[in-house]
Amino acid sequence: MTVAIANPPLLAVEGLSVTFRTRAGDVKALERVSFAVGRGETIAIVGESGSGKSVTAQAVMGILDPAGRVAAGRIGFGGMDLLQASPRELADMRGRELAMIFQNPRGALNPIRTVGDQIADVLARHENLKGPAARARAMEMLALVKITDPKRRLDAYPFELSGGMCQRVMIALALSCRPALLIADEPTTGLDVTTQAAIMDLVGELGRSRGMATVLITHDLGLAAEHCGRIVVMHAGHVVEDAPAAAIFAGPRHPYTAKLLAATPRPGRRLDDLASIPGGQPDLRRADLPGCRFLDRCERAGDPCRATELLPVETPDAAGPRRVLCARPLPVAVAA
Amino acid sequence: MTALLDVAGLCRRFTVGQPGPIDRLRGRKAGVLHAVDGVDLRIGEGEVLGLVGESGCGKSTLARVVARLIDPSEGSIRFAGEDIAAIPARRFARHPMRRAIQMVFQDPTESLNPRWTAFDCIADPIRRMAPLPAAKLADRVRELADLVSLPEALLSRFPHQLSGGQKARVGIARAVALGPRLLVLDEPTSALDVSVQVVVLKLLDDLKRRLGMSYLFVTHDLEVVRLVCDRVAVMYLGRMAEVGSVEQIFRRPSHPYTRALLSAVPTGEPGVAPQRITLSGDPRSPIDPDPRVCRFLGRCPQGTDRCATEMPQLRPMAPGHAAACHLADAA
Repeated sequence: MTVAIANPPLLAVEGLSVTFRTRAGDVKALERVSFAVGRGETIAIVGESGSGKSVTAQAVMGILDPAGRVAAGRIGFGGMDLLQASPRELADMRGRELAMIFQNPRGALNPIRTVGDQIADVLARHENLKGPAARARAMEMLALVKITDPKRRLDAYPFELSGGMCQRVMIALALSCRPALLIADEPTTGLDVTTQAAIMDLVGELGRSRGMATVLITHDLGLAAEHCGRIVVMHAGHVVEDAPAAAIFAGPRHPYTAKLLAATPRPGRRLDDLASIPGGQPDLRRADLPGCRFLDRCERAGDPCRATELLPVETPDAAGPRRVLCARPLPVAVAA
Repeated sequence: MTALLDVAGLCRRFTVGQPGPIDRLRGRKAGVLHAVDGVDLRIGEGEVLGLVGESGCGKSTLARVVARLIDPSEGSIRFAGEDIAAIPARRFARHPMRRAIQMVFQDPTESLNPRWTAFDCIADPIRRMAPLPAAKLADRVRELADLVSLPEALLSRFPHQLSGGQKARVGIARAVALGPRLLVLDEPTSALDVSVQVVVLKLLDDLKRRLGMSYLFVTHDLEVVRLVCDRVAVMYLGRMAEVGSVEQIFRRPSHPYTRALLSAVPTGEPGVAPQRITLSGDPRSPIDPDPRVCRFLGRCPQGTDRCATEMPQLRPMAPGHAAACHLADAA
């Protein structure tokens, strides 16, 4: 705990609320989302589709859809509030300080420019590198992400490369200006297991060697556990649990985390051992959304859960602080 | 177990890079992509065979040939004792055997007609292959919806009004509408959330027992294979690398590619990384491959001189377990 105070986090999202205006009413996509990432730390944001993982990432990057509006909150990054930054300041930071890799690498790359040119664009924008110097750095980056024969691949178009290779190019693009924070939004969904392992190992390795913090967005708890020290679990726009990975696996405190764990295939588990999560996430347009958005899916729900407002409970844990947004959390697992 | 499906020496080749007039003058010829190259496969009655491999290895092509959506270039497909390889795919659409082999596609959104309601999607195969009077048809569709636990109220909805899991159910109901004996499933859960994936896998497991179907289950998720399959076939660049029971493949993988594949599965334990076998190098090209060279050579951590001069064939490792590698040792 004292370490955390002496060492301010690199990214501190505090009480972030985002609403989307739609024809069918306001969608409260995020409500009081808080989490922090230390320098060089790797955390995961885990949740079902529609839980707000990607919206959180977009808000941090300042690339929210125009229909989305930040209603409240603060996104502290290295001493400044990203929400107060001017578009120009943000544009300067994106690519240099903050970088993001997207789920569909082929869709995120420009289809009609060579990958070498696309990396050179970033270098020209942020480091004023042009011509042969930019080309040389681009080639270095491709070699760094372990693309074989980088010299030839510089002149390749995205369609000439496989999905795994495109994802490597995106990583090269994101890392070319040595950002302090990398947000990886489902970087391996749709890739093969072998490619997934290679990409995740690459991200981990580069993160460690460059002291880069990483936020991994995924719906795969197994993947998060293997690569991240801390896991932030999201459900319907709320952070329901934020705890060290080991603590979550040893004994989840939020009923949703427990259900998510029970649904994740793991070695040694049979199909009968897995349980699905009943129901779906509530309609976030509802005016009478309860303080606990998991209420309708929870079998532990009782009277205290119906309160209109719910505040996260913080409990210390051996491996670091742990927050749970639940009026009736599961008991702390007895340490083995 | 009698074989319901017996595929032998199956090949599917595609012509790529058709040369233009100038290319032809220069003497350039079109390449031939060997998507599926001499594959043997058996699926028993009531059995689930998992087909795994990386993208581009030909597993989807193999699934489509078996489902008779495309024609094989060579080889035989015996289904319930009858060779169906020679029936052109276009004719097969009206063939009585079409009812017995059905397919569930990967993307539940893309594979449903956006202008059709869930009811129409499920009723379509019945209308085409086994027309029923309107009242009976409605009953049958409701029965199918019930079978896949799709609430009846959702039948009048369009695909965009359904969730991913509900669309997956519609796709499955449509596939089982004609009472098939073999279901070809092409990555049925890879587009779904973990929590929904469990439900769909359980549903498939349950339907298999209730309707007595066999599955050819194409996936790249080995955890899913372990959960629902009886046997596993591992494909690498158009060739079968290893075949065996789930137990044999997971406990004693013999092919170096299978070992690398298994080592890439997340352990699901925080902070515990598996002993990863990293495959370096690029895969060989499937276009005009050298028939004497092992397809895995170049990425194989163990390759020897023999692998460059003699294509390894599937050899038995144990009863029901075979691997195509010169270096694999029989148990």
